[in-house]
Amino acid sequence: MKISIQINEGPYQHQASDTAYQFAKAAIEKGHEIFRVFFYHDGVNNASRFTMPPQDDRNVVNQWAELDIKDADGNPELVVCIAAALRRGMLDESEASKNGIDGNNVHPAFRISGLGQLIEAGIQSDRLVVFGD
Amino acid sequence: MLHTVNKSSFERNSLQSCINTIDDTSVILLIEDGVISAANNANSSMLTDLASQGRVYALKGDVEARGISSKVANNIKLVDYAGFVDLVVEHGTAVSWV
Amino acid sequence: MATKKFMYLNRKASYGTVYAIESLEVVLIAAAFEQDVSLAFIDDGVYQIIEGQNTDSIGMKNFSKTYHALGDYDINKLYVSAESLEERGLTEDDLMPLVYEDEDDDWAEKPSVKVVSNAELSKIMSDQDVCLSF
Repeated sequence: MKISIQINEGPYQHQASDTAYQFAKAAIEKGHEIFRVFFYHDGVNNASRFTMPPQDDRNVVNQWAELDIKDADGNPELVVCIAAALRRGMLDESEASKNGIDGNNVHPAFRISGLGQLIEAGIQSDRLVVFGD
Repeated sequence: MLHTVNKSSFERNSLQSCINTIDDTSVILLIEDGVISAANNANSSMLTDLASQGRVYALKGDVEARGISSKVANNIKLVDYAGFVDLVVEHGTAVSWV
Repeated sequence: MATKKFMYLNRKASYGTVYAIESLEVVLIAAAFEQDVSLAFIDDGVYQIIEGQNTDSIGMKNFSKTYHALGDYDINKLYVSAESLEERGLTEDDLMPLVYEDEDDDWAEKPSVKVVSNAELSKIMSDQDVCLSF
């Protein structure tokens, strides 16, 4: 089955991203397809490649990256809402250069895109599951 | 439908709102702090009827993490993450009471 | 593209958290996808469409007027929980008079807001393909 996920909260503050990750991992292990994970609200903070938890803690961002959720063409399907991301200082290379900012922090396993991607995930998937506060 | 509730009934009204609008065939899965409602406590009666119909599940990992494994109320079924996936697959549209 | 029934479940008041405005943003984007869209306002979510919001003193944008635009995007199924209103001492008269023009009825102006019981809401929810919670 094709399953998509919406995550509304950032890492470490809420369990939402951890639960969603365990769910996604279990779904993949059972042979289902995770069509897309959409990060919205503070959920965009799950995409920061600068995330550095202490050594004895899980790295939520790397965990997501290691699930390697991509489309058939190899594009990341860990999608970060552009409006929510820019508000919170989450930029990829292209947004940084477009806005004249001298750095970018979105992990390469993620991509920035619009809210339409969330609606499209709802249309294309058999199920959409929301994780939030 | 599968309704997920992730808040303790002592903290928020999510579980009550879910119960108020649940239809006759849907099931509830308690996750995260929602599992506190799976334990025998002053709010247990909220779920007695649905649990006796076999329609209440709780995420095992969250129950264990919160140290309430021995206090889970009768008829509430524990599932792991794979079981969570099965519930999503089997019960159609998922509604999250975040 | 297939048409699905999308429900947006709103249970939090505006301003205290970001969920109300970001839910509204998704709904407006969703309009372009020509899906069947319903909005449910339950619990404190009913405060999102209360009349007379004024944000002058809190330094935040008053986005309540945007709900009036929903009708223009063919989003005209706004279900409000009767029980949630009553618990909060509110009636339908406290809500913004949101309307749409019905193209099947000579563009007559009709109310978009429907106050429904939890039992009715339960039926409406059971009919949905996708539920986005905010």
